[in-house]
Amino acid sequence: MTGGERDAASAPAETGESAEQTEIDRLVEGVLAGEHRALARTITKIENRAPGYRDLVAALHPHTGDADVVGITGSPGAGKSTLVDKLAKAYRDQGLTVGVIAIDPASPYTGGAVLGDRIRMASNVGDMDVFFRSMSARGTLGGLSTATTDAVTALDAFGKDKVLVETVGAGQNEVDIVRTADTVVVLVPPGSGDDVQMLKAGILEIADLLVVNKADLEGADRTVQELREMLHMGSNTSTGGHHGAGGSAGHHGPSTNVAGSNGERASEAGTRDGDEAEPADWEPRIVETVANTGEGVADLLTALDDHRAYLVESGELDRQARDRYAAAVRTLLREDVHELLAEEIERRGGLDAAVDRIVARETDPYTVADEVIAPVADCVRERHDEE
Amino acid sequence: MSTEQERDPQDRQIRCLVAKVGLDGHDRGAHVISRAFRDAGFEVIYSGLHRSPDEVVQAAVQEDVDVLGISILSGAHNTLVPKIMDGLREYGALEDTLVLVGGIVPDDDKATLKDEGVAEIFGPGASMSEMIEYVRANAPDR
Repeated sequence: MTGGERDAASAPAETGESAEQTEIDRLVEGVLAGEHRALARTITKIENRAPGYRDLVAALHPHTGDADVVGITGSPGAGKSTLVDKLAKAYRDQGLTVGVIAIDPASPYTGGAVLGDRIRMASNVGDMDVFFRSMSARGTLGGLSTATTDAVTALDAFGKDKVLVETVGAGQNEVDIVRTADTVVVLVPPGSGDDVQMLKAGILEIADLLVVNKADLEGADRTVQELREMLHMGSNTSTGGHHGAGGSAGHHGPSTNVAGSNGERASEAGTRDGDEAEPADWEPRIVETVANTGEGVADLLTALDDHRAYLVESGELDRQARDRYAAAVRTLLREDVHELLAEEIERRGGLDAAVDRIVARETDPYTVADEVIAPVADCVRERHDEE
Repeated sequence: MSTEQERDPQDRQIRCLVAKVGLDGHDRGAHVISRAFRDAGFEVIYSGLHRSPDEVVQAAVQEDVDVLGISILSGAHNTLVPKIMDGLREYGALEDTLVLVGGIVPDDDKATLKDEGVAEIFGPGASMSEMIEYVRANAPDR
């Protein structure tokens, strides 16, 4: 089932390969058979970049493509975990199975982390059909999104209907992570003028749904208002607004919600406009929720379903998937080349030695880089010429 | 650390679940341990208060932790710990999870818990560094 030929490319650990292969096969079998333990161990291997994890993910890939992936992000304390808990419960009530990946930051100094999102999963305790997994950011910047994608692959292959990915939204790294999702939900706590400013810079652009959580708190109306205004600003700068199909900036583009513009509560507008709109382009919706009481969760579910329907009907789902795979291949290639070059640097006496020579003005960074890359470049070009 | 190569298994991240089980609201110890483990570079999942044995098992299995630290100060260890051990066994997670108990456990009960499969019991006066060293030395090979 697994592609043994992949080893030719990566092959970092020759020792005990057959035992490793047996374990991989066993894990793949276990995941496909629905064994929780096998799924848990698979994700551990993915997280640790353990030997053989590539073969593992590769073997699971053919069994994926059925799960709806929802990314949920927002500032610390916005209520992500609580909302995820309520969403998971709602999906379970519909008879669907749910996987959750909750990512928390790790200490940049020790690599340690306290992963506390599990505490909020109060509605789903003892329900093994909600598979909840905490992951730490482990300081592996670009790699975290790869690990997340691979973990989603595992949950998808396991047969989960819905996969929720939850992460603190603080910048590019998180943006990359939520891009592994089909639908991106951004939580905005009320009265967070500063956060809203932050959102302007990036995260707002990736939101398919904006959730003003803790909507019972003072300032919630104002936050909704501010978000709505901001979405308007976006629509003014993009061509055409909601009338012009030509203004399509794609799913993650700055196209905006004009549906809620008449002053009614966006959450109500969201449910009502669902079937009437049939937009050529998705316009981010604003939904108000109170996660700890469950208020507004039904509205959010409707909005999520609508977005899903939009993705399927518009063909956006397939386009997104293609983009994601292209990005995945690029990331892997970057990592592999990086690894290859690290080996070459090591063979040439290590980076420290090179730096010593640079400091002593015997050479310079460009020359060192050229020297390291030269054999790789030669190799590639030789093969190219042969063809 | 920043490279994405497949890592040496010896160098891997230790994952711990720190769990409070049963009707026992004394979580200061669990918090302090969670913090100390974090600072030692471990990944710590904290269960929150008042978990049932089933919930602890569910968390330990799904999170695939190397170490399960059970904090009990209520005196119910003889009832609750075996239930957790049975649950871990049921999911095939018992043999490669290091189970530790922290709290007030009378000497007579320590032997019973160890028979159940608990690796070590840490009582009052146990030092943080002692526990961290113990975990580093005994975290299961996988």
